[in-house]
Amino acid sequence: MATIKSLDPRVARAELPTEPTEVVLNPEEQWETYEVFHQKKSGARHIHQGTVHAPSSELAYTFAKEQYGRRDQTYSIWVVKTSQVFTVENDNSLYKTVPEKQYRNAGFYKVRDKIEKFKRQMNEH
Amino acid sequence: MNTSALENYILKTADDLLVLGHRHSEWTAFGPVIEEDIAFCSMAQDKVGQAQALYNVLHTTFGYDHPDTLAFLREEGKYTCAQLVELPNGGYDTSLMRHFLFDHAERVRLASLVSCPFEPLANLAKKFKGEVEYHVLHANTWIDQLGNGTEVSKARMQTALDELAPYALGLFEAIEGEQELVEQGVVVSEQDLQAQWQAAIDPILEKAGLAAPDWSSITPVVGGRKGYHSEYLAPLVKEMSEVLVIDTEVEW
Repeated sequence: MATIKSLDPRVARAELPTEPTEVVLNPEEQWETYEVFHQKKSGARHIHQGTVHAPSSELAYTFAKEQYGRRDQTYSIWVVKTSQVFTVENDNSLYKTVPEKQYRNAGFYKVRDKIEKFKRQMNEH
Repeated sequence: MNTSALENYILKTADDLLVLGHRHSEWTAFGPVIEEDIAFCSMAQDKVGQAQALYNVLHTTFGYDHPDTLAFLREEGKYTCAQLVELPNGGYDTSLMRHFLFDHAERVRLASLVSCPFEPLANLAKKFKGEVEYHVLHANTWIDQLGNGTEVSKARMQTALDELAPYALGLFEAIEGEQELVEQGVVVSEQDLQAQWQAAIDPILEKAGLAAPDWSSITPVVGGRKGYHSEYLAPLVKEMSEVLVIDTEVEW
């Protein structure tokens, strides 16, 4: 009896190598990502919206215009290569001290007098 | 003013946009990457929307049928689009090249209509400007990317250009009564538009490393403006009108 090979991908699974193989990414086939910043009005700041894949800044801009600029009011758009964005690994650990240093925040001083008055009252009792 | 010539001028402009918009829309969900897919089908919508606005001028000012009827329920021979827009999409190379050749032509045409004494047309030319600026930017960016890309992409773009050049010249086939409209300052002659178009695209092709054709030696593919079409228009119209034909009175 002839065996019919199913074309259904759920049945006939692709024969993929079990061992990991080296993957070569061809830049023409695997485009880089660009970060998209959208400015609503003249003078407003550019706000990060998301990413696009593109082979050049020019095409990234062209894609970003339709993807992020066609519905909302738009004044201008910036695109930046994701690889050009600098950060430090696990950088959030650098900022964990901030909540304890509220005296650096102007808002802290508005409530300080009230808090000290409250503290004095508590001590009197 | 020669109104029947003006009506035909609006009709052919609308027919080009409708048919090319439909062809572009055939790429929806089949584009090379999702970002490009979004951009290309968005431009397809723009084109169909522009066609609808022009049909609406014919409907409200000159008593033509409703835009839907005009767009979908005419016989093939009543369409006056150029044959360039009817051709099947082919590969993405051909589609991008057609988009480039067409949109530069649309841009010079609209610029010439901004000062048209027939106000509804001048207003639409102003209204479409932003959309067409983007379509031209999109086309130019791709032509540059692929012309200056690899040997393969460059060769494919050159082949597409050479194949489409005679059809692109057909966009500038004059309609009957054009001379009169030109003399009355209603429209700019097709010959002048073609010269402006060549001056716009030749440097972009050159920068992309593509050889611009010797335009004067090419025989344009004409006939579209008189209702003579390629074998590809009839099936396109049939598909485009499929839903409406089932029930022509249907509410959308």
